[in-house]
Amino acid sequence: MLDILMGSVSLGLLWAVMTIGVFITYRVLDIADLTTEGSIAMGAAIAARGITMGLNPFLSTFLALLGGMAAGLATGLLHTRLKIPALLSGILTMIALWSVNLRIMGRANISLLRMNTVFTFLEKIGLQKTYASIILGFVFVGVLVVFLYWFFGTEIGSAIRATGNNPYMVRAQGINTDTTIILGLIISYGLIALSGALIAQNQSYSDIQMGTGSIVIGLASVIIGEVLFGSRNFMGRLISLVLGAITYRIIIALVLKLGMPANDLKLFTAITVALALSLPVFQKYLTPLKRSVKGVK
Amino acid sequence: MLRVENLIKVFYPGSVNEKVALDCVSLELREGDFVTLIGGNGAGKSTLLNCVAGVYNVDHGSIFVDDVEITNLPEYKRAAFLGGVFQDPMMGTASNMGIEENLALAYRRGQRRGLRWGVTQKERELYYQQLKRLELGLEDRLDHKVGLLSGGQRQALTLLMATLKKPKVLLLDEHTAALDPKTARKVLEITDQLIEKNNLTTMMVTHNMRDAIKHGNRLIMMHEGRIILDINGEEKKRLTVEDLLDRFGRASGEEFANDRALLSS
Ligand SMILES: Nc1ncnc2c1ncn2[C@@H]1O[C@H](COP(=O)(O)OP(=O)(O)OP(=O)(O)O)[C@@H](O)[C@H]1O
Ligand SMILES: [Mg+2]
Repeated sequence: MLDILMGSVSLGLLWAVMTIGVFITYRVLDIADLTTEGSIAMGAAIAARGITMGLNPFLSTFLALLGGMAAGLATGLLHTRLKIPALLSGILTMIALWSVNLRIMGRANISLLRMNTVFTFLEKIGLQKTYASIILGFVFVGVLVVFLYWFFGTEIGSAIRATGNNPYMVRAQGINTDTTIILGLIISYGLIALSGALIAQNQSYSDIQMGTGSIVIGLASVIIGEVLFGSRNFMGRLISLVLGAITYRIIIALVLKLGMPANDLKLFTAITVALALSLPVFQKYLTPLKRSVKGVK
Repeated sequence: MLRVENLIKVFYPGSVNEKVALDCVSLELREGDFVTLIGGNGAGKSTLLNCVAGVYNVDHGSIFVDDVEITNLPEYKRAAFLGGVFQDPMMGTASNMGIEENLALAYRRGQRRGLRWGVTQKERELYYQQLKRLELGLEDRLDHKVGLLSGGQRQALTLLMATLKKPKVLLLDEHTAALDPKTARKVLEITDQLIEKNNLTTMMVTHNMRDAIKHGNRLIMMHEGRIILDINGEEKKRLTVEDLLDRFGRASGEEFANDRALLSS
């Protein structure tokens, strides 16, 4: 049981990086975006290629981050400068990334078994792989949460947050919304690719298919975080995302343990997300019910 | 201050729905002018303001602020010169963000934004004082989300945001139309107060003839995309609603048609 829990925490922390990226497009910028799948695989591809070429794993991971940011720039330009709807821009980048990722890796998958990854130095000092991954994941997520809290509190960060909320108002305040959208996408994609790089090193392989379905996992984590650990201030929201990503992994581990076939996982996740997204509809009926219950008291 | 020359704006040109919304409009606002703009439905009032603000591109003509041509500047660049409040209370503010965050975005209008903190403690003091003057109790709710405010409170806040950094021209398009009469009066009062205090050059569209007469130093009436009346000075002060309807009839050869204007005047 503890094993399952620790495994979920370690995976959850790595996926939390990606969850925060999804949160930035989906909630902060209010853009439905599908590039996620391509950027995860891209991060994995760059890190794997870098590591097999003998580059320092941290450097490879950093290059993955940069690669993701470039993908974000591409989608951002398609959307703002060429006026292609956001959803479609994301799909275009995702499709393009499939070929790009194959080129980066040179084949459909790369094994990282017995390679020097970002986790290796912790394992060398005697830590079990799960714990090494928890510690490193924790450091990455911690730094990230603090950084993003700071960034979204700055003038530029505030402008990005306002853009997703009311772009008309933002332009009326003299801010170029094209720039804020592009910036937001660059950060989001960078994080998603970073997450892909960490996940690949954790599971010891990179695969062109790796990203498939990841957008739904990201959304599920965002929503679970908001529903269970929701908070008003920005720091609280960031932390709720991390907890959401971990909770998602625990739920998945449990249903697998309870005997659900792994092939049904995606169906299960999709249903969970559909339910969570429709919560507001149900809440409409629930709130009056709650009120009448309270009124009785 | 604001100069508009031969502005033409045509919607759906060349189609059966072609609509000449602005038909060669020229207008000059002097510094400190407070113009009320009135006219029937579809007269082109909103189109004129939107062309000045850069929401629409014009088909012909030029727009100058302080002799700097802004005709082809994108909306966000013109914002450095302009402040605006429009009819829909949802449009002027970011509802998921706090009152102080909204004010802070407006306080930096026309400035480069960097990695400094989005709202500083010193600003909070300023916002507190400014909000206090509105007498809406908003000063004690600086960190509340704007989405929790009523329409009137949001319009008052938007007004403050539009004037926090003094604009060269303030554009108001029926900014009290969505409010109940009492709130509308309050917001108009605040409008007068802010305009006077900051000596703002203003163009205010209203559908209420009495308000158009009562406020400002100059009254302009539009009809079918043209300016048909421009009254100022002593003449404006002596104006009555009857005069106005009469002069509209003579200038346009029609009855004044604006359901809302007639209902409220
Ligand atoms: N975005 C648009 N697309 C097409 N036609 C438009 C658009 N905006 C305005 N029009 C047309 O241009 C004309 C002028 O409209 P405008 O909104 O400027 O009138 P208005 O004077 O503000 O009227 P109201 O008192 O009803 O607000 C109208 O015939 C209108 O149908
Ligand atoms: Mg109008």
